[in-house]
This record gives sequence, C-alpha cells and structure tokens, in this order.
Amino acid sequence: MLEAILQGDTRAIARAISWIENEHPEKESLINAVYPHSGNAVVWGITGPPGSGKSSLVNLIIQHERAKGKKIAVIAVDPSSPFSGGAILGDRIRMQKHATDSGVFIRSMASRGHLGGIAGATSDAIKVLDAAGFDLILIETIGVGQTEIEIVELSDIVLLILVPGLGDEIQALKAGVMEIGDVFVINKSDKDDAFRVKAEVEYVLHLKDDYDPQNQNPVFMTSALRNEGVAELAEGVQAYFAKIAANGQLEKKRKRRIAEEIRNIINSKLRERLFRYLNLEHLFQEWTEQVYHKTASPYALVNVELEKFFAESNKK
Amino acid sequence: MDRKIRILMAKPGLDGHDRGAKYVARALRDAGYEVIYTGIRQSPEAIARAAVQEDADFVGLSLLSGAHNELFPEVVRLLKENGGEDITVFGGGIIPEEDIPFLKEQGIQAIFTPGTPIEAVIDFIEQHHPKSEEI
Repeated sequence: MLEAILQGDTRAIARAISWIENEHPEKESLINAVYPHSGNAVVWGITGPPGSGKSSLVNLIIQHERAKGKKIAVIAVDPSSPFSGGAILGDRIRMQKHATDSGVFIRSMASRGHLGGIAGATSDAIKVLDAAGFDLILIETIGVGQTEIEIVELSDIVLLILVPGLGDEIQALKAGVMEIGDVFVINKSDKDDAFRVKAEVEYVLHLKDDYDPQNQNPVFMTSALRNEGVAELAEGVQAYFAKIAANGQLEKKRKRRIAEEIRNIINSKLRERLFRYLNLEHLFQEWTEQVYHKTASPYALVNVELEKFFAESNKK
Repeated sequence: MDRKIRILMAKPGLDGHDRGAKYVARALRDAGYEVIYTGIRQSPEAIARAAVQEDADFVGLSLLSGAHNELFPEVVRLLKENGGEDITVFGGGIIPEEDIPFLKEQGIQAIFTPGTPIEAVIDFIEQHHPKSEEI
C-alpha cells in the first residue's frame, strides 16, 4: 500500500484514510512508514460560520491554484449526529468543477467522536496526502467549537471566512478572530455592509496585544458568487506563507502542532487502554443505578477501579 | 474499530428533482451511516471518481428522468475502471419494473422504486456491507 500511496494512487490513498478513520490495527505502522515522505505540502485551513461560503471559496481557490499546475487535496470536515452517529457530508457539492480532475482529491470526513479526536485522524490523513505528492492541502471545517479549532490548527495558515449579516455574531467571534485566523476573508462582498464588516475586523485586529503594523494579518474581500477577489486572496496567502517561512514563525507553528499531536496521542491511548480494562459498557449500567440511588458517588466508583488498574499495571 | 458505513448518493444526468434522494440521505444518516451527498447533475465519471476518493461502501443513484438504462450501468463500468469494483451500487427513482432485470445484470444490485419503505434500503445495506477490512 505504501508504494501505491507514494505513486499517488487514488484508491490506495482513499483506503489509507479509511484505515485512519476506522482505527485499523495497522494504521500506526502505515503512518510510521508514510511520515518520512511527508513535509512538502502546504496546508491551508479554511474555517468560518456555516453559510459563509467556505466550500464555494475552496472551489475557486482550487481553480486558481490548479492553473499553476499544483496537485491539490481537500479534506472537508462535517459534524456527525451525536444521536445516530451518522452524518450528511455535502461539501463536495460546491466543488463539482473539479470532480473529474485527476490532480484534485476531495475527501469528506465526519467528526465521528473519534477516540483521538477528529484532529488526530485529520492530522494523519494530511500526512498521507502529503506523502502522496499533493502540493496544497485544504482543510475545510465550520469554525464554531473547540474541535473545529483543533482541526484548523493543523494548518500552516488559517483563513477565517466572515460574511455580512452576522450582526452580533461577529462580537462572539472576536475571541476566535484574534486568536485563530492568520488571514481574514470577508466573503459575499457583493452585499451592502461588507465594508463595515471589514472595518470591524480590522478594528478588532488592531486591538490585539501583539499588534504589529509591520506584520499585520491580511484582510481580503471576496465574492465567491461573482468570482471576485479570489486571485488576490490566493496570492496574498502565498505571500503570507513566504513571510512566515522566512521569519521562523512557520517552524514554531509546526513544532507546536507536533507537541499537540503527541499530547493527543498520549491522551487517546491512555483512554483506550483504560476503557478497555474497565469494560465500561458493562460497568456503566451498574454504576448509573448506584449513583442514581445514591449508594455510591461517581468519584468513589471510578477511583476504586483506577486503583485496581494501577496496582495491576505495576505488578507487571 | 470504529468503522462507519459510507454511502455516496448521487443523481446522474439532468434530472433535478432531488427530494427523494434527500429523504433517503437523511434517513440513512439517522440509521447511523455516513452519507456523502453529491447532488444533482452528476456525470457518471464524477460519481465514480468521488466514490473511490471517499472509499464509499455503497453508491446510491437516484433518477427520475428515464435515462437509468444508460447512466446506471455507465456508473458501474466507470467504478470498475477507477478501482471501485467492490463498491455496491443500488438505485431508485422512476424505474419501470421491466427494466430491473437488465439493471441487475449490469451490476446494480438493488432497485428501490417509489413507495418502498426506507427499512428495505437499510436492510439491504446491513446485509451487503463489507464485514472485514482488506489490505
């Protein structure tokens, strides 16, 4: 499978990503084998509220960058239903233009409640796509929660897409605006108050602690509908990338990401080991009854089992 | 393994009536599957490529305009050509009973015509999904 991935074989890449999503027993050895071949791709994260036009913009960005001969991969992340565990993954609809282009690979991933978090799975998928020879990898997700923020942090550059008509929501986004975004995009610039939104974003950025007039976060205006401003955006992101590659910020970011990834792996493996030991599904029934009838406290129940686990582990 | 069944739903050709496809997509999501919904006016080639990229277990085709005898087998053919020969294809829409044997011969494993209870689709999926991962 490794050889096929390195040759860019679509089927092998798709299968590898499924192995990652499904926690295949050989996933880790695959990633270990793939990892040394990665490091060439640039990763852009595209996030923003639902309906802001992320997929439409991604579609146009692909068009623009494809014209330069780049091979492009897209990972579109959508939430799974917390009730049924299923999902409707519809981001591809906006990217029809590239459906038959063999230089474009689009994969939809559902957030699923992965053991390692969707960020873990996305991170591994990026490695596979990188090793398979894609020059540009776009990660698209809704930027509303912590999980989405984690996904987007996997990128080298985060594009935050905002639109007019959000009203008070831009206030709520302020914390996110200041911290996550590297490049800010006011989409739907054809609408009346687009300029007001741009002014608000620039104002908020001005308030940042580390605001540096020499090193500002770029703000762009686009209309995906009219295909306006996308070329400027793409070129602007490239320029920003060149800058952070030169001034050491990119390296810092990538190292921070690696540290986060390792932390994440430790967390998920510990959980997995513990949950397997505890055989939780079985326990939960009993425990729920006890807590409900107040014959035990949640902390007491867990601590007893944990102590057992540690005692047994130490014996080995 | 946290394996989910992935179903790609598409409407090939020029038929723009997608209420049925959307209904099925939602029902399959509620049954716990991941549905990659690619929408209307898909070419068979686009459908086949998408199915391979998404590593779909199933492809569900919806067509109300009568072109099923041409388009459905074309999707099956292109799936094979693109390395997706083990993807199970099913279809639905306005498909006359007398066309069903031909379609099955061409590799479409089930046809669900209007009025079919959604449970029939779910049962079909449960009976036909791959049980083990192969390298």
